[in-house]
Amino acid sequence: MTGRRILVSDPSLRDGNHAVRHQLTPAQVAEYCHRADAAGVPLVEVGHGNGLGASSLQLGEAAASDAELLGAAREALRTSQLGIHVIPGFATIDKDLKPALELGVDVFRVAAHCTEADLTERFITFARNAGRTAYGVLMMSHMASPEVLLEEARKMEAFGAEALIIMDSAGYYLPDDVRQRIRVLVDGLNIPVGFHAHNNLGCAMANSIVAVEEGADILDGCSRGFGAGAGNAQLEVMVPVLHRLGYETGIDLYKVLDLATFAEKEIMEVVPIISSTSVVSGLSGVFSGFLKPATRIANDYGVDARDIFFELGRRGIVAGQEDLILEVAQDLAGRKAG
Amino acid sequence: MEKLRAAVLGSGNIGTDLAIKLRQSPLLECSALIGRSLASTGLARAQAEGIPVSAAGVEHILGNPDAFDIVFDATSAAAHEEHAPLLEAAGMLVIDLTPARRGPLCVPSVNMDAVAGNLNINMVTCGGQASSPIAHALGETHDDIDYVEVVSSIASRSAGPATRRNLDEYIHTTEAALQFFSGARRTKAILNLNPAVPCINMQTTVFAKVRDPDVSAFTRRLEAMVQEIQRYIPGYEIIVAPKLDAGRIVTMVRVIGRGDYLPAYAGNLDIINCAAVAVAENYASRRLGDANTATPRLRVVP
Repeated sequence: MTGRRILVSDPSLRDGNHAVRHQLTPAQVAEYCHRADAAGVPLVEVGHGNGLGASSLQLGEAAASDAELLGAAREALRTSQLGIHVIPGFATIDKDLKPALELGVDVFRVAAHCTEADLTERFITFARNAGRTAYGVLMMSHMASPEVLLEEARKMEAFGAEALIIMDSAGYYLPDDVRQRIRVLVDGLNIPVGFHAHNNLGCAMANSIVAVEEGADILDGCSRGFGAGAGNAQLEVMVPVLHRLGYETGIDLYKVLDLATFAEKEIMEVVPIISSTSVVSGLSGVFSGFLKPATRIANDYGVDARDIFFELGRRGIVAGQEDLILEVAQDLAGRKAG
Repeated sequence: MEKLRAAVLGSGNIGTDLAIKLRQSPLLECSALIGRSLASTGLARAQAEGIPVSAAGVEHILGNPDAFDIVFDATSAAAHEEHAPLLEAAGMLVIDLTPARRGPLCVPSVNMDAVAGNLNINMVTCGGQASSPIAHALGETHDDIDYVEVVSSIASRSAGPATRRNLDEYIHTTEAALQFFSGARRTKAILNLNPAVPCINMQTTVFAKVRDPDVSAFTRRLEAMVQEIQRYIPGYEIIVAPKLDAGRIVTMVRVIGRGDYLPAYAGNLDIINCAAVAVAENYASRRLGDANTATPRLRVVP
């Protein structure tokens, strides 16, 4: 166990885009990438919060195009690999993947909700045929049992995914939830397994540690937790904690600490905290990225954002269904008036 | 009363639901639901319902060209490109429920009569059928539409393998339809497959950026349009009336299905199948009307 190399992947410039309403600029991306590269972060993920091709009224329009952000990152990254998150249903191969290939993306993290792995086949095949690395990503993974997750993960493996990441998109997991799932996946797959945490219930770091204890080889960490809702596992905490536990990351401690300080000062509007609404978002199992739109719409309709989250959770709403916030708010306002 | 004979090609969720729906039609009969395996869920269900089935694929139609007047293609975009030329050469009307976009795009409440002369008619997509009438109402009430965006959510269980494989084609075809029916400069389509159990109902939201938004004119036009749509799909309803939210127009519809094959949550099957049946019945009423004064043997000619 000791000395095992953990691939720490940094999605600050993708998940963090949720926290700034997708307003990251190419200049910020370039500066951050330059420092992440120097720190030895092996993989840097860049783009709209919901990934390639996701800039929209539904999810928020990005200040800069995918091409501008990826171009800025590509130029700044020397040794770190450039990754993207991409969800079939938002992006298409012709509109989005082909340009990303031209822009020099190294790692295509192809994502689907936890039971929808078959949607990823064409994207994974496309990336592999182009000679790039493809991961399979299962989002909102708390909505499926460990057995169902394994079944879906095996599909992704069969499509050619070279690693499998599960995301705790809602920040719902407690350590034992992660332990069970990672164990089943590590035992049942022949590719590395990874974990992407959110911190709604204060468990992002503990959950990440449990994941590696159970055999995960990849962890996502963001500078100061820069990510949707309550944020992610903190990169600059994760790295020294992994080192202290005896794992290797290849990342320089001082430089990753400086990277986080830079991100806080130069990129982030506010450092993510577990706000009261974020606690409810996690408890109700609703995607962390709903925090900003739900807060805005709750204000507009004079309803309690927490009621919106519990109702969305009851309906099993997933990331990408942000339009339903409006319907639920209208419904709650109507009930209040009636 | 004489009916036109329809073949439904493809025995997935859409094809099987369509075959069951055709039993209600006064003008059409389902002469065959055609798949690739008699053991498939769809063909088994159709057999149980007394609908003739075949596992011979498109060959079943090409081998019996005089047995069918209309073909509904509910396979996949790639398969449609292979089938369509053969079927068209055999003189059959082909109603395409895949997103292949070979023939003109058709949404019955908007342009059914305008495309009636074509031998291949494309039914866009489920999300496209739900949203195009809204896009059209926007276009009729606004001169300058910069952008229309449509987000549809459907239950994971309602999306079969072909729908999943054709997700990119779904997006491209829906975006083309939005542009065609609204006149917007830019369009975007998004599809969510929701894994929740119990399953979610099909919902579609339309967002638009327009110059000088006129919500009340748009709402009046949309309400008239919805009445048209409800004639062939009664479960179509507005659940968030048009409003301005953060400077953009937004409205949301829900489609409850009739529950013919899958339960009522799968309104995505109904919205495209009811539209396809409406187009076929429109065609049939013309053909059958002609038939009363012409030859008794129907032969479908464009």
